[in-house]
Amino acid sequence: MSYITEEKVQELQKKACAVRETTIRSLVASGENGTGGHTAGPLGMADIFTVLYFHTLNHDPKNPDWEERDRLILSNGHITPVRYAAMAHAGYFPVEECLTLRQLGSRLQGHPERTKLPGVETTSGPLGSGLSQAAGIAYAAKMDKKKFFTFCLTSDGEHQEGNTWEGAMFAAKYRLNNLIQIMDRNNIQITGDTEDVMPLEPLDDKYKAFGWHVISIDGHNIEVIADTIEEAKAIQEKPTVIIANTIPGKGVKEIENDYRWHGMPPKKDQEESFIAQLHDACGVNH
Amino acid sequence: MLNKQAKLSDNILTDAIEMKPTRDGFGLGSIEAGKKDERVVVLSADLAESVRAEWFQKEFPDRYIEVGVAEQNLATVAAGLANYGKIPFFTSYAAFSPGRNWEQIRTTIALNDVPAKVCGMHAGVQTGPDGATHQMLEDIAIMRAMPNMIVVVPADSEEGRKATFEAAFNGKPTYLRFGREKMPVMTTDDTPFQIGKAYYLWKAEKPDVGIIGCGPLLYEALRAAKALEDEGTSVSVLNSHTVKPLDEETVLELAKTAGALVTVEEHQVIGGLGSAVAEFLAKKHPTPIEFIGMQDEFGQTGTAAQLIKHYKLDSAAIAEATKKVKNRK
Repeated sequence: MSYITEEKVQELQKKACAVRETTIRSLVASGENGTGGHTAGPLGMADIFTVLYFHTLNHDPKNPDWEERDRLILSNGHITPVRYAAMAHAGYFPVEECLTLRQLGSRLQGHPERTKLPGVETTSGPLGSGLSQAAGIAYAAKMDKKKFFTFCLTSDGEHQEGNTWEGAMFAAKYRLNNLIQIMDRNNIQITGDTEDVMPLEPLDDKYKAFGWHVISIDGHNIEVIADTIEEAKAIQEKPTVIIANTIPGKGVKEIENDYRWHGMPPKKDQEESFIAQLHDACGVNH
Repeated sequence: MLNKQAKLSDNILTDAIEMKPTRDGFGLGSIEAGKKDERVVVLSADLAESVRAEWFQKEFPDRYIEVGVAEQNLATVAAGLANYGKIPFFTSYAAFSPGRNWEQIRTTIALNDVPAKVCGMHAGVQTGPDGATHQMLEDIAIMRAMPNMIVVVPADSEEGRKATFEAAFNGKPTYLRFGREKMPVMTTDDTPFQIGKAYYLWKAEKPDVGIIGCGPLLYEALRAAKALEDEGTSVSVLNSHTVKPLDEETVLELAKTAGALVTVEEHQVIGGLGSAVAEFLAKKHPTPIEFIGMQDEFGQTGTAAQLIKHYKLDSAAIAEATKKVKNRK
């Protein structure tokens, strides 16, 4: 039995399409401004961000500091364009503001900053330090018997960082079952495939050996994402890692699975054709 | 002469002076802060006894967090705790924290602007027998270069206690520097202390030279001041325990009154208190300065007393530098 209705799944699929569109438009605007941006990672995580912001998270966009909110920690800060897009569509700030991405004076910094934009829980970008911060928050929540969950989104590449595994040990030792990590397993990093640059596999066995509950999923199946998070919430005594197998650049065939799109924005003359592809895929008429 | 208003120990400059490591001040101050506010937590990376985190642990076992030998995790877990609303003091040897985890402190504490407290123990060459690997001598430089970070170097255990307590409630990322060896307890419970406010330990009406220092070497500066006074050179000794923000008003006043300065610190002369004073005065009131500190070299194994003599950090070296700078006026 699923935790989510078919109607809700369809609604979220459309929402994911809008989040991808805003992500592309913000990246094109940044590219036009000469301030670059990452494309593959954000598009690959659009479905997960959509499920989190429009289904899973217990949050209030009009009151981002609400004490009881679920925390969403983005460790691999470079994919922040999709977080900004999801936050804007969820009502944290106007969608048009996404077009200020990476521009001078913008609240939407190239890598997200807590002190700049309400709703961004942590400043991130330097890889490997998100999981421990999320663990610190989850630990504090347990001290105070708080009911909220802390979600930490990580990349596969940042599992080459020692700090990530230090955090993994800590979370297991203190049985932080209120901590749910979602790892973007898209197999690419800046210079190539993860398994060529520095092999990570077997990630599931590694996490099991570190004392975590491990679930591997298709990171683009809305229903599966939503249901798996519910399953993770029910796990006792252990933190859970959801290894989300994703396609970098998902939704635009020219970008999908091409590591060269890791740190490059689409050009202005590609914008409409890329967005048309998204619309075709989710059945939007244009 | 000794500044009466500083209400220093009656046993100062005598054999009866009490000796305690400044890290003891952390142990006491953290317990005081913990009693006042239950948000205070203490973290350690497998060094609880040595860094005096064990004292807090015994008092508040539920608020002590062991992270294992993992200094990057130490800083980032503390960042998460502070982000949530706790007041975490995280402890290790300064060579490892902030030495090893500097970037984590920069991004997840300073740029993130969460009030975690970095407590670096065993700083300075007087860490002694452990040798150069453990004698952190670059921490003031790397921490004061970081926006949002307060940097405090207590002179003795009593000041360490006060600095720890005050840091708990300043709402800011803060670096507190402590040492391993027993050092003279020159200040008392009544000595005024406020982060950001320097004060005189020794004050001459018309000083020939001003000495500005931080940390336990200030006791060597006092010994030098006494010897110099006996020889007819008058000095004032300013305790600039807060390296950042520097108490610019008081430093400027001393520079103007004395016309020449010696800075004293158990740290590289590159980037420490002396640099902070020189950077400020170069803009406001260019003043001849001699810099007592490590002269761009690592330390080595030895006793604390042997090492401060060898590296010219002791009272004799301070007196010599004072005479030298006096002649540069």
